[in-house]
Parts: sequence; structure tokens; C-alpha cells
Amino acid sequence: MNQFTAMVKARTMEFVRDRATFFWNLLFPILLVFGFSFAFSGNQDTLFKVGEWGTPSGADPFRDFHTIEEIDFISYGKDQSLDELLKKLRMHQLDLVVDYRDKQISYNEESVNAPILQRLYSAELKGSGWKEESVQGAPIRYVDWLVPGVIGMNMLFSCLFGVGFVIVRYRKNGVLKRLKATPVTAMGFVSAQMVSRFIIVLLTSVFVFLGTNLFLHFMMLGSYFNLILLTMLAILCMLSLGLIFAARFKSEELASGILNLISFPMMIFSGVFFSLEGTPPIIQSLSKIFPLTHFIEGARAVMLEGAGLVQILPQIGILGAMTVGFLLAAAFLFQWD
Amino acid sequence: MKPILQIKNLSKSYGNLTAVKGVDLDIPEGICFGLLGPNGAGKTTSIEMMEGILSPDGGEIRFRGKPIDRNFKKKVGIQFQSTALPEFITVRETLELFSAFYPDPRPMEELIELCSLQDILDQDNRKLSGGQRQRMLLALAIIPRPELVFLDEPTTGLDPQSRRNFWDLIQKIKKENTTVLLTTHYMEEAQMLCDRIAIMDHGKILECDTPDSLLDKHFQGVLIRLPAKGGALPPGAELQGDWIHMQTTDLDSSLKKLLAEGHDLTGMGIHKPNLDDLFIKLTGSTLRE
Ligand SMILES: Nc1ncnc2c1ncn2[C@@H]1O[C@H](COP(=O)(O)OP(=O)(O)OP(=O)(O)O)[C@@H](O)[C@H]1O
Ligand SMILES: [Mg+2]
Repeated sequence: MNQFTAMVKARTMEFVRDRATFFWNLLFPILLVFGFSFAFSGNQDTLFKVGEWGTPSGADPFRDFHTIEEIDFISYGKDQSLDELLKKLRMHQLDLVVDYRDKQISYNEESVNAPILQRLYSAELKGSGWKEESVQGAPIRYVDWLVPGVIGMNMLFSCLFGVGFVIVRYRKNGVLKRLKATPVTAMGFVSAQMVSRFIIVLLTSVFVFLGTNLFLHFMMLGSYFNLILLTMLAILCMLSLGLIFAARFKSEELASGILNLISFPMMIFSGVFFSLEGTPPIIQSLSKIFPLTHFIEGARAVMLEGAGLVQILPQIGILGAMTVGFLLAAAFLFQWD
Repeated sequence: MKPILQIKNLSKSYGNLTAVKGVDLDIPEGICFGLLGPNGAGKTTSIEMMEGILSPDGGEIRFRGKPIDRNFKKKVGIQFQSTALPEFITVRETLELFSAFYPDPRPMEELIELCSLQDILDQDNRKLSGGQRQRMLLALAIIPRPELVFLDEPTTGLDPQSRRNFWDLIQKIKKENTTVLLTTHYMEEAQMLCDRIAIMDHGKILECDTPDSLLDKHFQGVLIRLPAKGGALPPGAELQGDWIHMQTTDLDSSLKKLLAEGHDLTGMGIHKPNLDDLFIKLTGSTLRE
């Protein structure tokens, strides 16, 4: 056995034998997925959502509807194309789209909310020259949307703590010092840690996905190959991020405090549990600095929109660039003691 | 013999505390070299600089005449004064792990035999007793068949039997022409094992020679030890704590003189000077805590 495989093996055994951590890593995301699936199994949206594109020229035939409290009106136009709106409609994020420029309303035939809205709007339209269109798209359940988020979040914690925290612990208790006294290089040690953690996180993610999919049958419009590719890249990226924290800290408490401090905003502002759409622009731009955001975006695109490799290239590019940046920073900062 | 390790003017400070102040040492090949000194003398700091673990503030370390290079760590074995072992893996797995680090590791059976690890092979590292742990750490240090092995207080915490076994083991390693550099607080051990010793205090080497030459240099004859009961000190005697110490080459006449001067000899001890006495003489403190 060579140095490298011996270290990967030892680290992996350590993880598997640390029962508490091991089961927590598997059980937590599974419980979360099932819990949310159960909690949101009803039709969660009692509100009707109408997307309006452009502004009315002349009198607005639907002006009176704006006083109905049960309808949520979202105005688009500057930074979104009509196609994007229609996509949201197909994905059940909107119940009806009003296109003021071409004088047309569109609704999703498969939406539970559509018929009532459509009737309401049609009544206003008789003889006004407006057209009606319908689109199709199966409803996306909250779990379908949530599962990439939960798996991504689990990846994040497992990577940050599994590399960041564990190396700090090794440094504090002297295991690192003992290794420094052998011919093992810092590079060899760190890459062994990364490889071991990579395998662990990839396997747990696949396991959690397959395990919950067995019962929940997630929507999967894209290819599994792309999903796995994106997952592997995201794991690598988060491991590299964890490595930056592993580079210097000597105290486990400090390391875990700081890791928590950064992972919580990541969890909240990467769109794990709720869509960032409609949040203040500052939060949306903030979310772009987190690798998790890009993974979740990409994974949702693959699963829910059937995005191919070309469509997720931006996410792949960003995750790749972040990985390189993090690795360089970690290599620059790393010290044994 | 040509030194395997040469140290010149080595120094190291922590903040404004100078732990090691200009240490010079030559470690001849194939011997057992003992570094002795009271707590805080700077032994660990010095030895860790020689191991390449700590970087010195000044001075020079040469291994076989050359500065320490990348291959140094393949040729030396190291046992730290205190160290952690990887968690959740057993003794056997730890030995396997460390064996993978070296180009020509000692076979597992030999290690187990040498360090008497038979009974603890499948035990988790965290569940070893102090002495079992020391044996395990020593096994890790000799895995690479080192040319030079550094042992920082290897027998602290061992029972007398285990300490004796350890001494046997060191003799065996020496026969393989491995140079041993150890620190210890046990003078008996130094006397037993070490061909040369250096006594260190406050970051400086006070003396460095073979134990016999050092004893010859500092003591003549035998030592008389008397409980101090106040009153005048006999001529040539020193007060050390509650004891009066006296050296003499003519025991007969010294004793007669003490009696004549009216000293009470109850509780008196007479012995040949040993390293303990030398240590106390040089550092003014006792080694054993
Ligand atoms: N990392 C450190 N930071 C600050 N001071 C240190 C550090 N390590 C050692 N010292 C100080 O340097 C001095 C020498 O310490 P060292 O550990 O070398 O002593 P030692 O001779 O090995 O003692 P002992 O017999 O107790 O092991 C001590 O005063 C100690 O407090
Ligand atoms: Mg020490």
C-alpha cells in the first residue's frame, strides 16, 4: 500500500467508525427531505400568483383585480423575457401570465389554480382583442424543488466540517505534528483527506437521493450524468473551501465557530428552503458568492427543467473557477502547526 | 568516530523567553546519547529542532555533514514527548499506516515482537494505557529502521519492568548501529544506557562527556550525606536543602573528624557519587519531580 492510499484508508475508516457522525451525515438529510415532504404535502399555495409583463397601454382591463387580496401580482419587464415568465408558468411558479404588450393571457392547464383565474380573466376579455393561450407542465412539488437544496446543504456541512474542522483537530491534538515527523508531505496529506472526504460525500449524497427517491419519486427531466457531474464538482469546490479554514486555525472551538458562522448564511441565502426570487437584490448578489447557490441552481435546472450540459455551463464554470481559487488560497495559507 | 549529527550555536526563543541559547553538540554515530536537564531546560525544544519539526532562530544542524534535506525524514525515527495518535483506528492499523510512509519499513511481526505489542494489536489507539501507548509510540519511531532515532522522555510513565524492557530494546536497536538520542529524567537510565550525556539547563549545555569522565571530573572519592540539624557546617561541606553534603577521598579520617567535632551521625549515608549527584551539583535541582 502506498502512502496516499494508506492515508485515504485510515481517514475513511475513522469516519465510518465514528458512528455518531456517520449516521448523522446520512440520517439528517433523509429526515429533512421526508419531513418537508410531509409538511408541504398539501397544496401549499392558497394565493394566486399572476405575473404581469410590460405595462398596459391605455386602460388596464384588469385594474379592478389588483384590489383582490388573494392574488399576488408580480410585475416583470426589465430584466426578464416573456419566455422566462412562461417557463415559470409551466413550472407552476405562476398561475397566470398577462402579457400587456401582445395583449395575451397564458395559463397552465395542469395548474390547480388556473381554471378559476382563467374564468375570471376571460370574463373581462370578451371582444377586447386579447388572446388566450394555454401551456402545459406538470406541477413541481415542493420536495422536487427542495431535494437538491437539502443534499447540497448536507454536502456543504460534510465538506466544511469533514475537512476544515477535522484538520484543525489533527493540528490541535498533535496528529499533524506526528505526521510532519514522517516523510509525508503536506500536499500528500491534504489530498488524501480530500479524496477520502470526496468519496464519502459523494456516496452519502447518492445514497440520500436514491433512498428518498424510492418513496418520493422526484421529478427528473434531465440526465443523471449531468447531475452527478455537477455534484462532483460542487463537492470538490466545497472541500477546497473547507481547506482554507483548515489551513491555519489551531483551536477546534474557533474553527467550528467560524465554520458555523459562514455555513449558516450559506444555508439560508443559497435558496435551499425558499426561492431567492423576490428577495432584495443585495441578497441575490450576495448569494452568488456561495458555491452552494450555483450547485442548487444547476441541479434544479437539470432536474426540473431538463437542462443539458450547455445550459448548466455557467454553473460548472463558476464552481470550477471557485475551486481553483479556493485551492490556491489554501495552498498559500497552509501550515502544519 | 565521525558525528552523525552536528549542532552549532543552535538557538530558539518564544517571545522574550529564550528557550535554547547557543547549543553546540556532536552526536557520534552508533552511540546512545542522553540529553538531561530539569523541567523547562530546553531539551524538547532542542531535540525538536534537530528533528526538523521546529525551525531554529539561529545556528546550524548537519546530518552526516550536510544540512537536513528532504530525505532526512526517511532515515530518522521520532518519538515525541507527547503526541496524539489517529483516532478510531487500532494499533495494528496505525502500524500499517505508518509503515506505508517509509520506503523500507520493518516487518510487522518484528515490530510486534520488539515492542511487545501482541496483546494490544486490535485495541483502539485511544484506549491504550500510558505504558502501552509509550510502547506503541516507540514502535512507530523504529518502523523506518532509522539511522538515528530521537526519543523524548520515552520511559516517563512506565513501570519498572517496562522500563527494563525498554532498556533491552534500546540495546537491541544500538546493535543495528542505530544512533539513539534520548532525553530522560532518570539518572539510572542515563547511566545504564548512555555512552555520552549532555546536561542542560536554562537553554545551555553545562557539560557534555561520558558519564564516567564527568563523574571523575566533578567528584573525588565518596559522598557523605548527613541530616542538617543546625549548627556550624563541617569544613568543605555544602548545605543542600535539609542535607549536608561532603566529598572525601579519605573516608576514615573524615568520619573521625566529624565525630570529634561532635556531629550526630544518625541518619548518615555514604555512597559513590552517581549522575544524580552530578545533576544536583550542576543544576542545583533534582531531576525527579
Ligand atoms: N510553544 C511554546 N511557546 C512558548 N514557550 C514554550 C513553548 N515550548 C516551550 N516553551 C518554553 O521553553 C522552555 C523550554 O521548554 P522545553 O519544552 O524545551 O523544556 P524541557 O527541557 O523539554 O522540559 P521537560 O523536562 O519539562 O519536558 C520552557 O520554559 C517552556 O515554557
Ligand atoms: Mg521536554
